[in-house]
Amino acid sequence: MSSRNQILEAIKNAQPAIKPLPVLDYTVVTPIKELISSFEQFVKAVGGRVQLVDQSAALAQEIENARLEGKLILNRLNGLSSMDEISPDLTELEKLDRVYIRGSLGVAENGAIWVSETSMGNRILPFIAQELVLVLREEELVPTMHDAYQHIRINQEGFGVFIAGPSKTADIEQSLVIGAHGPVALTVLILKSGLAVPV
Amino acid sequence: MSSRHAQLAEQFNADEARTNWHDQTLWWVRQKRDRAANTLPEWEQLRQWASDIKDHTLSNLHAYLLEFEKNALANGVFVHWAKDAEEHNRIIYDILQKAGVDRIVKSKSMLTEECHLNPYLQKKGIDVVDTDLGERIVQFREEAPSHIVLPAIHLKKEDVSDTFHEHLGTEKGNNDPQYLTHAARLHLREKFIQSDIAITGVNFAIAETGGIVVCTNEGNADMGAHAARVHIACMGFEKIIPKAEHLGVFTRLLARSATGQPITTYTSHFHRPAPGKEMHIVLVDNGRSRQLGREDFRNSLKCIRCAACFNTCPVYRRSGGHSYHTAVAGPIGSILNPNLDMKANADLPFASTLCGSCSNVCPVKINIHEQLWKWRQVISAEGLTDPSKKMGMKLMAWVLARPAVYRFAGKAARWVTANLPFLVKNKTWNPWFKQREMPEAPKQSFQEWYKKQQRS
Repeated sequence: MSSRNQILEAIKNAQPAIKPLPVLDYTVVTPIKELISSFEQFVKAVGGRVQLVDQSAALAQEIENARLEGKLILNRLNGLSSMDEISPDLTELEKLDRVYIRGSLGVAENGAIWVSETSMGNRILPFIAQELVLVLREEELVPTMHDAYQHIRINQEGFGVFIAGPSKTADIEQSLVIGAHGPVALTVLILKSGLAVPV
Repeated sequence: MSSRHAQLAEQFNADEARTNWHDQTLWWVRQKRDRAANTLPEWEQLRQWASDIKDHTLSNLHAYLLEFEKNALANGVFVHWAKDAEEHNRIIYDILQKAGVDRIVKSKSMLTEECHLNPYLQKKGIDVVDTDLGERIVQFREEAPSHIVLPAIHLKKEDVSDTFHEHLGTEKGNNDPQYLTHAARLHLREKFIQSDIAITGVNFAIAETGGIVVCTNEGNADMGAHAARVHIACMGFEKIIPKAEHLGVFTRLLARSATGQPITTYTSHFHRPAPGKEMHIVLVDNGRSRQLGREDFRNSLKCIRCAACFNTCPVYRRSGGHSYHTAVAGPIGSILNPNLDMKANADLPFASTLCGSCSNVCPVKINIHEQLWKWRQVISAEGLTDPSKKMGMKLMAWVLARPAVYRFAGKAARWVTANLPFLVKNKTWNPWFKQREMPEAPKQSFQEWYKKQQRS
């Protein structure tokens, strides 16, 4: 008998009589009324920055300014500035100063942002760049992780990730250091409700 | 054999200042957990849901594993089954050989520690680089992780500085965590880019979608898995949860219980390999089906590896992870490891005060302290307890069954402690005195005091 069948057989013999799956009644979950202020508070708490964008030209302008400063920028925001191609060469990507990526949903209780594979273009992009900028619309905030998993389909694409803040570690004497293996900084740009920006 | 934890703890306790630092630092992490938990009024409901979801899953594991396998295969992922550590290691080596690869990067996976994957691969000439900062530090030092979430918590920054000076050429005596972390970042980014195969662990595997979730703060699992051509994810089969919806419950509990963060920096959901790449999942038994069949110990398999029970445990905090001599230390390790090897780990259920704090903080409500007590009974019945401990327990039972003897013994002990302290404060005659202060002897017993109260 194969290992697979041996293991499955052993489990079948060992598992107890069926116990019920709980029904999750989300009315017990504490509501969050001020989504944007809670989200902002938590993005900061996990080491990120929040910037509210209330003028439609501001975002494109920011990207252009960064390019003019001579920074290595990769823009993945569709319809804004010019969208850049992604080099397949990791040593090239490793040099990127900043990457702009569209997030699809923000979670007010913890500052996490869902980023889908399509908006990354390449799965490694949000991790390999020195700085990450994620763009969200104010309407895309939800209160808790329960709401988040109601809104996204985790297997819609091959990969997707919640990102909360820049990469960090406290493995040396519990001293928090921002910038472990991934980005050393995370900025979240929130487009004010109703703003006509084509992203 | 069964006093091994005590002996190793004695070595750890030899450095009193460090022991105190270890104790206080982990207590600080425990307090951060409390603050995070207290911000959610529904915390206890979340624990109950998590516990019930896991109980249900364990009672229907056969069906969920088949569902998971079917969906993962449909996603284009290779699924492997390993009945023990040896088979797990061989499966991974086969994948490496087929890919013609002799160096890999690995993010944190306690399962691969349990299976001793690193020494197995190294013996076959494979270069294995652990990429979690804490794990890289202990790997350089040829030590094992001492904590499942904070692998290098037994070390001070001076130790890390010396280790990095030796292996990474950092400035001697520069103990700045920022500087040292940056040096590791440069070193490991090079490794990520060069590596064709990455191994990661798994935090949750979702039956209904056939995908896996990996949580890190450093981003090392993602840097490894996305840079490599082949991603191998290793998991004990108990990591299964039924539905995507359940991730809402577990992601709210995991990081808050572990470090007090509202969520880990990265919660990565892998379902299909990227175009042109390969993804493998190795499902491992290694004694888990045996534990599933032990009614008293079954629900230890609900564990989500947050380590809250480590941080709160008065014994773990003062004895260090290495004194548990196993991949998973702390209270949860002490109820998991006797199942893996009862004889070798017979000491661990005794490394506890049975205070119950572990059960109180456990996000999936495992009755850890009760299982510790039950393991003691199993181990004693198997005749695996230390003879001196057995004698002591018998003597104590004899005394406690005889009120007159008990009163006399108490009086004698109080008199000796007060008048002949050298007999008590003696490490040879009184092992309790090792690493501990003796209390002042009270002038009277509770009974004497109580009688006096009644008279007045």
